[in-house]
Amino acid sequence: MIEFRIDRRSGVAAYLQLVQQTRQALRLGLLKPGDRLPTAKEVVAATAMNPNTVLKAYRELERDGLVEARRGLGTFVRQSLARPEAASDGQLRAELTAWMDRALSGALEHEDVEALFKAVLQEHDLRTPEGT
Amino acid sequence: MTEGSAALDAAGLGKRYRRGWGLRDCTFQLPPGRVTALIGPNGAGKSTLMRLASGLIRPTSGTIRVLGQKPGRKGTHRKLAFLAQDKPLYRSFTVQEMLRAGAELNPGWDHDYARRLVAEADVPTNARIGTLSGGQRTRVALAMALGRRPALLLLDEPLADLDPLARKEVMQTLMAEVADMGMTVVLSSHVIADLEDVCDHLLLLAGGRVRLAGDIEDLLGEHRLMIGSRDLELPPHTVVEARTTERQATVLVRTTERVDANGWEEHKPTLEELALAHLRSARKEVAA
Repeated sequence: MIEFRIDRRSGVAAYLQLVQQTRQALRLGLLKPGDRLPTAKEVVAATAMNPNTVLKAYRELERDGLVEARRGLGTFVRQSLARPEAASDGQLRAELTAWMDRALSGALEHEDVEALFKAVLQEHDLRTPEGT
Repeated sequence: MTEGSAALDAAGLGKRYRRGWGLRDCTFQLPPGRVTALIGPNGAGKSTLMRLASGLIRPTSGTIRVLGQKPGRKGTHRKLAFLAQDKPLYRSFTVQEMLRAGAELNPGWDHDYARRLVAEADVPTNARIGTLSGGQRTRVALAMALGRRPALLLLDEPLADLDPLARKEVMQTLMAEVADMGMTVVLSSHVIADLEDVCDHLLLLAGGRVRLAGDIEDLLGEHRLMIGSRDLELPPHTVVEARTTERQATVLVRTTERVDANGWEEHKPTLEELALAHLRSARKEVAA
């Protein structure tokens, strides 16, 4: 079962962190269709987080069609997010690896590359607001 | 939220003491099942508000409704529990006697639950209250409050004398109760960081007045923290607070839109940044 952790310094809303961690687990195949997510009470007992935050995250995942709440049973994964393009032998990944090699062999440091990658991603998000 | 469904509902609420108004013209509603951070500097009116809700003092003006009812002469609402800052307990009682008193004094008392909370906190039940540490007393007082199985729990600075581990345990206990029973909680503190993880609703008081109230996520989404050179122009917006150093300007603006101003870095504020900016701007208004 997935275990959540909240980074208060990240500046990302707590419920969004839960959403992102669940999506990430779905992407990596750590969560598969049929798996049960921890109940709000289970998350609260482990983290002292506000249960409303957990429920809000689950509602968002449900809206996206990734999980479904079954009355009295819990919240279950409906679909996986594992994408072949993100796999270690995918083409996009190969292209990014090649780009990364070029960047790091040039004048850029690890942190520069990270900043550049994030900046470009952010620019992209700004152009297409609601995209994830 | 429909009328009357609020856990706590204040309309034009005010309380005047001999030295002046402790609380003035406060109108707000706290939704049920939520965890509210009651934030404000010392003397802002936090304790006054809790004492009004508990029926320990009466309003000078306006009304307050607790779970739909005005606190009356019958004393505190049966479904409300209030844990005051000074944690009133009988010092000469043992923990066990204190819990038994809780059972005698409170209809609907859940003795097993109260005992379990004390046991989980590793408080010896045969020790006298007066001999316990501050943290242990807090845990007993909390068990006394939760043993009433309240629908609304008011905690005035509950974490002040707890070590980090006990803080987390207390919060886990409280949040489990919120998850389980849908209890509404109001926590006051002047240490905002203590409340950031657990609260989803905010009531910000300064100088006896409500400065900001609402869902924390919504409030954060309605503000942008702009950082840029102090020479740069910022497009017209509702500025909550602007601070400048020699070169840099930090401006909190109230807007739901992206500001998207050239040369400015745009951030979503943290709860602490949001609260402090509003409190500083309230202080300036008073001074002006």
